[in-house]
Amino acid sequence: MNYLLLIYANEAQTDAMDPAAITALVNEYAEFTKGIIQAGQFKAGDRLKPVSTASTVRIRNGKTAITDGPFAETREQLGGYYLVEAKNLDEAISIAARIPGAKFGSIEVRPIWPPAR
Amino acid sequence: MTAGKAMDEIFRREAGRVLATLIRLLGDFDRAEEARQDAFAAAIEQWPCAGIPANPRAWLVSAGRNKAVDRVRRDAIYQSKVLHLERASAEADARVFIDEEDEAAFGDDRLRLIFTCCHPALGSDAQIALTLREVCGLTTQAVSRAFLVSEDTMAQRLVRAKKKIREAGIPYETPPPELLDERIDGVLAVIYSVFTEGYAVTSGTDLMNEALCDEAIRLGRLVDVLLPRNPAITGLLALVLLHDARRRARVSDAGNLILLEHQNRGLWNQAQIAEGLALVEDSLRLPGRVSPYSVQAAIAALHVRAPDNDSTDWRQIVGLYEVLLRLQPTPVIELNHAVAVSMVDGPRSALDLVESLAARGEMKDYHLLNAVRGSLLHRLKRTAEAREAYLRALAEAKVEPERRLIAARIAQIDAG
Repeated sequence: MNYLLLIYANEAQTDAMDPAAITALVNEYAEFTKGIIQAGQFKAGDRLKPVSTASTVRIRNGKTAITDGPFAETREQLGGYYLVEAKNLDEAISIAARIPGAKFGSIEVRPIWPPAR
Repeated sequence: MTAGKAMDEIFRREAGRVLATLIRLLGDFDRAEEARQDAFAAAIEQWPCAGIPANPRAWLVSAGRNKAVDRVRRDAIYQSKVLHLERASAEADARVFIDEEDEAAFGDDRLRLIFTCCHPALGSDAQIALTLREVCGLTTQAVSRAFLVSEDTMAQRLVRAKKKIREAGIPYETPPPELLDERIDGVLAVIYSVFTEGYAVTSGTDLMNEALCDEAIRLGRLVDVLLPRNPAITGLLALVLLHDARRRARVSDAGNLILLEHQNRGLWNQAQIAEGLALVEDSLRLPGRVSPYSVQAAIAALHVRAPDNDSTDWRQIVGLYEVLLRLQPTPVIELNHAVAVSMVDGPRSALDLVESLAARGEMKDYHLLNAVRGSLLHRLKRTAEAREAYLRALAEAKVEPERRLIAARIAQIDAG
């Protein structure tokens, strides 16, 4: 089954990190990503630009409404994701637990519907 | 024994195991429940003429699995589901026959079922409800009564939980070694919650829901058999057995609560105490980290070993609470520690502990804090303050017999 692992963190907190800590974190992510590629679990994964760059689109009464900012204001913001293939929820959870951001943010684990036939 | 009675007994004994195996083979809780019903119906039809098969369990599993395949074929919308089941069924054929006499394989299925029902990705209420329904075999109605919710609400909660198991891919598996201890803790937390909900009902008119205590003990025994020599499991089983052994002495004929110090110790269940005491010793001797359940069981053991309240070894109980506070620093344990301290060093030192606990505000609205405070103040002859503490406890207590006990204390103060 495929799972989307959504990485949330407090942007204010990550923005305040010093350059050495950021380098260390980037290296940790690279190491982690390499590991799940080798294990055959990786399907996709990206880091997102901050929510200050986000726009939200809605169509209401046939009209497109665009607003500045994310869909919801929350304490932690979506900052990246991995799409992984796992045998079951336990395997997906164990991958999520190894994402470096899990140590200070939160990872939401969402199963993905199989494609409609 | 009549044939009907023999069949009833087989059904009762095998119901849980057959369900657990069918869930593994069919990969779906609802389908497995249906299949089990079909299998039992087929047995009622066929066994009286054909005789009870040599291995009733394998017969029931086989019959249930075949019925499920028929059912899916009949109302198949998704071809893939039939294929999946046929594959599962072919594997199952091989497995059922290899496993025919293999108690261990069926044991594993029940263990898988327990770990699935107690999976941390389910809410704790859902874990408890699912365990009572699927592992203990309680009806949805009985489970809803235990939770004081309507049957509809409980049915929905169970449907949601089963849907999450299916849709999120919660595995039907014994966890891998690196997760085992953590997951066992989750299972034990469920068993402990079932027991405490039964033993200290949180609201209502009755003091105990004995059915829940019995289920918790049954679950504890089952897990102890399936995963033997685990200190935490053995400790929990000892703990529930020792608490439960005092059940008869804890409530008067009029339904009033009787505190440990006033209980008629002749009413304690001595056979269960002997079993519990042996298990406490085992759990403390087994290798591995010391479990808080074992320490709590050791405290319960010191209480039941004393021939009367005055000869209780309070000094050792205080020591054990201090160990427990290091393993599991919770306000409830701090309060119990304070009570034990009052028996060794007197009410003055205990009151200091209770006041510092109250000052931290972690036990707001917890009636036992004010009840203990009232009792300590009463012993210190500070009756006006004692009365006030008891009045607050009375306002916070939700179970009728506890309210009556607190009211009796107030009446005692008023009578001078």
